[in-house]
Amino acid sequence: MKRSIPLPRRGRRSRWAAVALLAGLLACTGAVAAASTDRQGPDLAAYATPTPADVQAGRQLFVANCSTCHGMNAQGSGTAPSLYGVGAASAHFQLSTGRMPLRASGPQAPRGPVSYTEEQIRQMTAYVGSLGPGPQVPSAQQLDYSGLSDEQIAIGGQIFRTNCAMCHSAAGSGGALTQGKYAPNLRGVDAVSMYEAMVTGPQSMPVFSDSTLTPENKVAVIAYLKTMEDNPNPGLTLGQLGPVSEGAFLWGVGLSALIGIAVWLGAKAR
Amino acid sequence: MATPPPPTQPEADAALASTTGPGSDSQLVPAVPARFEDPGLPEHRLRRTDTDPRAAKRAERTVSLLFGLAMLAGVGFVVAYFAIRITDPTSAIRSTQFTGLALAVMLLCIGFGAVHWAKQLMPDHEQIEQRHRVASTPLEQQQAGQILSQGAVEVGLPRRKLLWGSLVGALATLPVVGAVPLWGLKTHNRNQTPAQALSHTVWRSGMRLLKEADKTPIKPSDLSLHEVVHVIPQVTTAQGHLRPDVDANAVNSHHELTLNELAKAVVLLMRIPPGDLKEPAERKNWSVEGIVAYSKICTHVGCPIALYEKTTSHLLCPCHQSTFDAADQCKVVFGPANRPLPQLPITVDAQGYLIAQSDFTEPVGPSFPERG
Amino acid sequence: MTTTRTPASAAGRYVDARLGVARLAKVALRKVFPDHWSFMLGEIALYSFVVLLITGTFLTFFFNPSMTEVVYNGSYVPLKGIPMSEAMNSTMNISFDVRGGLLMRQIHHWAALMFLAAIAVHMMRVFFTGAFRKPREFNWIIGVNLFILGILEGFAGYSLPDDLLSGNGLRIAEGITRSIPVIGSYASFLLFGGEFPGSDFIPRLYIVHVLLIPGVILALITAHLIMVVFHKHTQYPGPGRTNSNVVGYPLMPVYLAKAGGFFFLVFGVLALLGAFVSINPIWNYGPYHPSPVSAGSQPDWYMAFLDGALRLMPGWETHLFGWTISWNVFVPAAVFPGILFTALMFYPFIEAWISGDRREHHLADRPRNQPTRTGLGVAGITLYALLMIAGGNDVLATLFHLSINAMTQTLRVLVFVVPVFAFWLTRRLCLGLQRRDRETVLRGSESGTIIQTPSGEFVEIHTPTTPQRAFALASHDSPAPLELPAAQDPRGVRRPGSRALARLRARLSHFYFADALTPATPAEVAAVVHHHDEPTPLPVGDNPQPSTKA
Repeated sequence: MKRSIPLPRRGRRSRWAAVALLAGLLACTGAVAAASTDRQGPDLAAYATPTPADVQAGRQLFVANCSTCHGMNAQGSGTAPSLYGVGAASAHFQLSTGRMPLRASGPQAPRGPVSYTEEQIRQMTAYVGSLGPGPQVPSAQQLDYSGLSDEQIAIGGQIFRTNCAMCHSAAGSGGALTQGKYAPNLRGVDAVSMYEAMVTGPQSMPVFSDSTLTPENKVAVIAYLKTMEDNPNPGLTLGQLGPVSEGAFLWGVGLSALIGIAVWLGAKAR
Repeated sequence: MATPPPPTQPEADAALASTTGPGSDSQLVPAVPARFEDPGLPEHRLRRTDTDPRAAKRAERTVSLLFGLAMLAGVGFVVAYFAIRITDPTSAIRSTQFTGLALAVMLLCIGFGAVHWAKQLMPDHEQIEQRHRVASTPLEQQQAGQILSQGAVEVGLPRRKLLWGSLVGALATLPVVGAVPLWGLKTHNRNQTPAQALSHTVWRSGMRLLKEADKTPIKPSDLSLHEVVHVIPQVTTAQGHLRPDVDANAVNSHHELTLNELAKAVVLLMRIPPGDLKEPAERKNWSVEGIVAYSKICTHVGCPIALYEKTTSHLLCPCHQSTFDAADQCKVVFGPANRPLPQLPITVDAQGYLIAQSDFTEPVGPSFPERG
Repeated sequence: MTTTRTPASAAGRYVDARLGVARLAKVALRKVFPDHWSFMLGEIALYSFVVLLITGTFLTFFFNPSMTEVVYNGSYVPLKGIPMSEAMNSTMNISFDVRGGLLMRQIHHWAALMFLAAIAVHMMRVFFTGAFRKPREFNWIIGVNLFILGILEGFAGYSLPDDLLSGNGLRIAEGITRSIPVIGSYASFLLFGGEFPGSDFIPRLYIVHVLLIPGVILALITAHLIMVVFHKHTQYPGPGRTNSNVVGYPLMPVYLAKAGGFFFLVFGVLALLGAFVSINPIWNYGPYHPSPVSAGSQPDWYMAFLDGALRLMPGWETHLFGWTISWNVFVPAAVFPGILFTALMFYPFIEAWISGDRREHHLADRPRNQPTRTGLGVAGITLYALLMIAGGNDVLATLFHLSINAMTQTLRVLVFVVPVFAFWLTRRLCLGLQRRDRETVLRGSESGTIIQTPSGEFVEIHTPTTPQRAFALASHDSPAPLELPAAQDPRGVRRPGSRALARLRARLSHFYFADALTPATPAEVAAVVHHHDEPTPLPVGDNPQPSTKA
């Protein structure tokens, strides 16, 4: 089997440069607001129709980078699961959040810097998606929650509290699981990753298939979390960790400040 | 000389006198005192504001400035209160921050001003006040005792035993009368004991399991491997009427279960991989295709347990971290809980939807004395 | 002397003619308070309580303590249309629709945390300086009860909004109530008016929170302060400060300004916290419902030690003759705090019994001069802190990448080991510090200057200790341990009382005082001055006559 070390393509890079230049120009002309809305994540349309060439390129990338653990044919091994039937969404989630490739062994794979270009992720996703039927990368329309009413968002909140808050905390701050595993903080996570996590159930997380949690409900949950992110906060939020961080702040800052004042008050003036 | 207090000496009232200052012992050995003598209060040191009129003036100006600022901040508070209209959470928080800041500045300025004034400008000669004996004089103690014993004689305490005994008895029943009406705090479930109420839930044979998220029934095929569904019982019939076997008090006017019933009836449904599932013979038919249903209420102190870990099939309670093995009858594998989570026997009805076979076979939730 | 006729004096005379206050004011206004920062800690608690009353009263105007279900229709979008109790709904409205509401709510909650934290550090100060000794034992008991009541009051307040976090807290409280042997289920039904959650509990809790407990707290605070005035404040030992006087500043004007100013400073700091630091954002948690729960569900810090104890306790239950005893719940949640607070309450009497000391004490101990008491105090704080860590172990586990299982198992051991170690270490440190004090008095402090003596020896010059410092360092008593009295008195009559108790007392007294050093005496200093190159043996407390060497 031929192993090739993938190099990012030049053309792709220059396209990014052009985008950057354009963004810079836009900023110069005062249209900063337009530029700041580009945190939409990847161009999801490209994931909908993978070509055989994509699959082939993805397979090469897979063999070069992932086969040590997942096996040459993605059949899995003692240390890593088989990727048959996990679906394109699973591969995209793991790669685009930097959880894969795994950097160090531990209770679970942490979020990390992304190791591949958008193009490479798309190709590997296409390859894993081709291995067997499984959850697909959602489309941008699927994730669009802008049309949701206030009440629908609130329903999303209710679903979130029942199905997700026990691990991720009601504020989405994350929480501890057994033996050093944890549910990650959800603030700042993009909609695609959230959706993919729900349909694929990465690591310890259970799956929320479309038959038990409809796609509409999933989007409502995402909409709720995104609305929460925009919540106005009175200054310091202390990590939204609840009474533990509040208590620590009270002792460390509040009470300490007052004791400091008491020391000043009790000191003799010169 | 270190004189440890003679501990067995009962007359310790003279204690205060004996400790009026170690220096008092010094007359015993005039040459070398047993204890260091009290050199007395150190000499009073003048502050800069005492010696330098300009410093005093400066301190005065600082204090006045602080008080003036407090006044301005007070005005700022009123302005912020009225100027910031509350229309949404953002403006509510803006109002909080501005009024709060003004309030804090006002209070801190008054506080710092007052203390600065006290420290810099008020007289700082330390004053000495003598302590008095806490205890009354022996004469006073004696007089008080006399009054008491005389009073006791006057009311016939030693003689009229029956009278006093009956008074004590009468007064002793008073707290009972005071406490008994508290029984009325138990306003509900008059027709059953607490143990009876706690021992059953609203689940009945043939009752469908509903997804809590959208209140729809569940087919076994809806659940993929390691999928978790939060479940509530369906208390209505297909026509939308209340099931005849459900107490009308258990639901509200929309036929939704009350929180009291939900607090016992919530269930967690999980599909466990067939190879992992361990079932004793008597529970073999309690599951459907590897799908098991367990009470969601922790047997420790009652938090909802809902953290299902796909990798281990363990359920973790976020409150006190009791861990249950969903693949093995929800036995406790870690933490402070003692009992396994009660299992709800399930099967499928004619339409293929999951239904309960019966109520739980044991009480759900935290233990109670009559639990057995 | 001419009498002035100002409007103020006229008003004073008017009031005095009716109430006779001049007699009282004459004494009270000249009352002297010793000045030390550690004497202000109780004031932080007092002022926090005043702030709680002020802000709490504001909140009652808008809060509706009802468990009736309503649909939220306020301005906070992510909860729009969600059913919730009237209690939660009105708390949401206070937060986002009442001007100044969120500020008051946040100040109130911060003040509650501050109230209890200030009580805790104030208690530590009183404990470590021995300010609970005769004649202040009753005031110590009041203080411990104020702490307990404060915890209950705080928990009641935390529960009132009926949000998801506090609702699960109540769920836990109900589970704990059920664990009371024999009557658990009845106790729970009486509290909640039937099954959990019912519709009675929040209104009941409300009246407990706004009337019953604050009323008792207010009465106890009043008694506490009256006793402080009656006993006069303790003071630290020092030149001119003896057991029979009190040295400080008079109430009028210095203390009035300082203490009054401090109230504004405490309020100001709480206002800053309330304005800029989020606390108990109930909108994040959502309304209470029996099904959901949030990761990181914790009580406020003062309850965390109980939650930690609940987490650490192994899952032991006894099932006997159809009855259940839930040791796993009842022991950590009821027996343990019961023992802890009872021991704390009776500590002054226990220590007095062990030391046999019946004198009045108005001078604060320096903690080092009571190594065993200080060690016990540090051990207690260590235990409390470890349990608090256990109470937040899930949050700490995620912050520091630890395993909750490993943390729990480790803490199950540490809660027994570390306090013992902390006791031992503190005691050694105290004895070391005592030794240093002795050295300082005997030989002065090291000046850092080294000279060569005519005989060629290098000697560091020691700065002689001033009489003021010597007095401050060496004027305390060092009680000798009690010896077991002979079973019979000199006339051969058997002494009354239990022999075993006397033996226990003697043993405890040795444990407390056997290692303590006696303070340096002038005679010893004189001896050192005369033979400054001979090492002086350090006399210890069980050497009955250390000064006979002189």
